[in-house]
Amino acid sequence: MNYFEVFGLDRKLGIDQAALQARFYELSRRWHPDYQHAAPPDEQARALEQSALVNAAYRALRDPIARIEYLIRLEEGRETKEGAAVKPQAPPELLEEIFELQEMLQDAKAGGLDQASRARLVAERDALAARQREESARLTGPLSARWDDAGPADRRQALDALKRSLATRAYLRTVIDDLNAALEETQEDHVPHHRH
Amino acid sequence: MSRIIGIDLGTTNSLVAYVDEKTNLPRVIPDERGRALLPSIVAFTPEGILVGEAARRQLVRRPRATVYSVKRLMGRGFDDVKGELRYLPFAIAPADGIVKIQVEGREVTPPEVSAVVLRALKERAERHFGEAIEQAVITVPAYFNDSQRQATRDAGRIAGLDVVRIVNEPTAASLAYGLDRLKRGVVAVYDLGGGTFDISILRVNEGIFEVLATNGDTHLGGDDFDRVLMLWLAEDIQSHHHRELAQAGVDLVRDADAAQELRLAAEAAKMRLSTVERTTLTIPFADFTYHRDIPRDDIERLIAPLVAKTLGPCRQALKDAGLGASEIDEVVLVGGSTRVPLVRRRVQELFGRVPHSQLNPDEVVALGAAVQAHILAGGITDMLLLDVTPLSLGIETLGGIVSVLIPRNTTIPTSAREMFTTSVDGQTVVDMHVLQGERELAKDCRSLARFELSGIDPMPAGMPRIEVTFLIDANGLLTTTAKELRTGKAAAIEVKPTYGLSETEVQRMVEDSFTYAEADVETRLLIEARNEADTVITHVERALRQGAHLATDAERRAIEAALAKLRQARGGDDRHVIIETTTALNRATEHLAEVMMDAALRGAIQSRRADEIMESQ
Repeated sequence: MNYFEVFGLDRKLGIDQAALQARFYELSRRWHPDYQHAAPPDEQARALEQSALVNAAYRALRDPIARIEYLIRLEEGRETKEGAAVKPQAPPELLEEIFELQEMLQDAKAGGLDQASRARLVAERDALAARQREESARLTGPLSARWDDAGPADRRQALDALKRSLATRAYLRTVIDDLNAALEETQEDHVPHHRH
Repeated sequence: MSRIIGIDLGTTNSLVAYVDEKTNLPRVIPDERGRALLPSIVAFTPEGILVGEAARRQLVRRPRATVYSVKRLMGRGFDDVKGELRYLPFAIAPADGIVKIQVEGREVTPPEVSAVVLRALKERAERHFGEAIEQAVITVPAYFNDSQRQATRDAGRIAGLDVVRIVNEPTAASLAYGLDRLKRGVVAVYDLGGGTFDISILRVNEGIFEVLATNGDTHLGGDDFDRVLMLWLAEDIQSHHHRELAQAGVDLVRDADAAQELRLAAEAAKMRLSTVERTTLTIPFADFTYHRDIPRDDIERLIAPLVAKTLGPCRQALKDAGLGASEIDEVVLVGGSTRVPLVRRRVQELFGRVPHSQLNPDEVVALGAAVQAHILAGGITDMLLLDVTPLSLGIETLGGIVSVLIPRNTTIPTSAREMFTTSVDGQTVVDMHVLQGERELAKDCRSLARFELSGIDPMPAGMPRIEVTFLIDANGLLTTTAKELRTGKAAAIEVKPTYGLSETEVQRMVEDSFTYAEADVETRLLIEARNEADTVITHVERALRQGAHLATDAERRAIEAALAKLRQARGGDDRHVIIETTTALNRATEHLAEVMMDAALRGAIQSRRADEIMESQ
């Protein structure tokens, strides 16, 4: 039984959050071990398994991005283990900019940051974060809708579009994480020293 | 179905509670003298084992054999605690695996010490209900890892209790509050106890208590407040009385007796300063008496860094729940240390609202445990707790990197599967190392156990497909099963817990405690009766010295006769006789006590009159 089926849902990305939560509570009441304490051992074991399945399904579906990752793994028949469904990939239009950033990051690691480079990194980070939000909105908005509306012939393409967008988003996230780490590491250097 | 009790096994105090079927409300079960709290202290004396108040009295008398705050040692190894060994009056042997405490020429493990506390609570409940109790819900800090939870369950088993559920303390508290106060909304439970700190964020909705995130520190609590205050006092005493101390050869911190005395004084001062702005501390030493006026500001300055340490986990929990502080509807305070005004101020600042503390912070966790017990027994069908696992679970992979299988804050029960194979032709055994924690490297995480998968049919390397299932149940406890997919054969798993007792060890302790349980109870009651007799004898002797002139000859003879009888009974082994003769002596001195009290009161009035006369002149 896949996670959509656990909740009696079609394999669609547009999910009513409130209805999903209500169904989760309902299924929890049905299967949670707390309500099975008096049941015979084999029923308790089954309830435990079902309860774990309900929890995993809710975790995968409640967040719209995690939901897309799960859909991709499901469609491609891969292990249903949590984690990135796609490899991070740089968006072509940002390649040059990111290459430059990587160089700055290397310098920062080697010898710290001057005030100007630091300001530039902060600005870059904020711009990339905005770009990442944009990508998330695209994923959960039009790209999700495209999958939900796709006929059998278009499903492949709709899924590929989701994957590309997800790969871009994942890439942006690693760059932002790197930037944050570099900014944090070098912060010490720029705190004005107090005289004692 | 048999009755299930709820137990709060605390660092400082423990309690037992149940849900009253008539009112459907949870109640704490008091002891015979009406006390709800059982100090979590166990004293090992040559005559037997003491627990609770009786053991507390041994803290100063027998510091090396009186174990307190053992919860901080549960599921831990020597390396974890060696930093604080110098503050503990009892000895801990350097050894691999779990902590072993050396008392009275033998070694005891933390679960065995906790079992003594649990057994006393079990007996208390059995007296209350007049029936045998075999099942319990026990609470643990939410941030307890698998080893610490396992140790708690082992303690239950050793005490003769089937621990049917381990519940997290902050969530238990939310259940107790939820009965009539929390209906709907997002709740933060801030739980600062004697030894541990937890923060849990829950969504409460139509009877469902869904934990969104939890965080904490299992080594931060009121004990640490006491310690900083104690060290500060030691320094202050040292600077004012170094000559006397040097002469007597006393090292305030290293000397177990002095340190214990100081620790208790620090604890008392801390408690008083929660309600008053300043207090005077008086500690009598052999050659001098230490006096000190302590304003609340002083202690706040000392504990401020510790209180600040609780805020990081709060922020992380908010982040993990995807919420801002302003989105929290209610804040609930749990644990004795939340009585400290500085703690309340900091919590209020962080969440921007006045926290709830209507329910007694010492009792609320036990009440919640009772509610959870009642849910399991089928007595409550509209409330359901959905808790999470506090720490990420992973396995060590090549290069000592941890591969996370179950991330922290995953709703439990939960399971994860992982495939393993062999690396050498004909290999029939595969090892794996399971860890808990948030760091990337295995060496920075908590080692839970090493597993050995055996019974794999010899095959070329990489051929076997062994599927291992990791299941974290509703107790937050891990179980693993393995299956070789090609043959469908279940692989055998041998678990070697890094900081735990083996099944054989627990079994032996259960048997030992079973054998000694009856004897233990009798011994304990006998010692308690003797202690009581000693107290009464001391009082009567003093009364006879000071008030003999107030008694008639006949009365004095009667008292002396009763006193002689009790002295004799006290030397014997029959506690019923001791109790009876104690009562008889009490009765014989009733009149004298009254007369002396009257005389004392008259004396007090007279002296006040004298003062007034002096003042008016």
